[in-house]
Amino acid sequence: MAEAHTEEHTHHGNYLKIWAILVVLLVVSVIGPFFGIKVVTLITAFGIAVIKAYMVAVNFMHINGAPRYVLYLVTTCLLFMLLFFAGVAPDVMKDSGAGWDKTSEWQTAHEVGGGHAAEGDHH
Amino acid sequence: MATATPIATTRSAAGMPTGRLAIWWVVASEIVIFGGLLASYIMHRLAHDAWSVQAANTNTWIGAFNTLVLLTSSLFAVLGHKAADEGDGPKAALMLRLTALGGFVFLTVKAWEWTTEISHGYTITSNTFWSFYYTAAGLHALHVLAGAIVLLIVAAAAKKNLHMNRVELIGIYWHFVDVVWIFLFPLLYIAK
Repeated sequence: MAEAHTEEHTHHGNYLKIWAILVVLLVVSVIGPFFGIKVVTLITAFGIAVIKAYMVAVNFMHINGAPRYVLYLVTTCLLFMLLFFAGVAPDVMKDSGAGWDKTSEWQTAHEVGGGHAAEGDHH
Repeated sequence: MATATPIATTRSAAGMPTGRLAIWWVVASEIVIFGGLLASYIMHRLAHDAWSVQAANTNTWIGAFNTLVLLTSSLFAVLGHKAADEGDGPKAALMLRLTALGGFVFLTVKAWEWTTEISHGYTITSNTFWSFYYTAAGLHALHVLAGAIVLLIVAAAAKKNLHMNRVELIGIYWHFVDVVWIFLFPLLYIAK
């Protein structure tokens, strides 16, 4: 069958073990906030999310077994996300910058403009 | 010809079957879609402390349960891939159907969760936090629904030992949907 000439078979590891580790990491990420320490919450929530995503990509998606350019393709898209964040975040997160500032009129329009939005923010 | 092997299975000009290249291309484009959405959420969340008050209304336990469901469905998906590589079509089909079942459980829980939240007055127009919440979780849920349907289609063929290469391809997509939720969970349910 022609398929056999092009389909190299993936090396399959112990998937149950990987799943068990992922579940343990999930439990840790849920328990983290109970300590009430912001840094611990951030590490257990987002640090563990990165580890879990890496484990899924490597062990379940077998990204390491794909040609190198697939990794570059995916990494490039992630970098574009960071570029987007870096380019837009100052407008959202800062009140002023070089040659611009959020006037009180802008603030009012932004907060009230959404109608329900402003009400909701003060639920 | 109905029985002809699709070119995506046999052609390998890019160093791997074209079908697999295509699914990685889909994943890359989805990274931009979900990445942009999540990056927008993060920058607004950091800029508005009031969002933590809103985020406190999401149910961490439901989010955690759905995370467990998706992680488990990913396990079934990769076991399906293994079975397909071993030439065991019926077992691959069973694994894919269990994966799809996980997707439908996820959607059922999500529907119940949204019904509860909406009945408490938290709708997509309540404020920008809930707008992001429903947009991000809704877009993800649509991907789960689409994936579950395709899983069932691929499973039907795999049961007859047909198009076995597609078992891996739908698996890659499903794992990506899992990865997106892995990031949505702490953003929407834990960071309060």
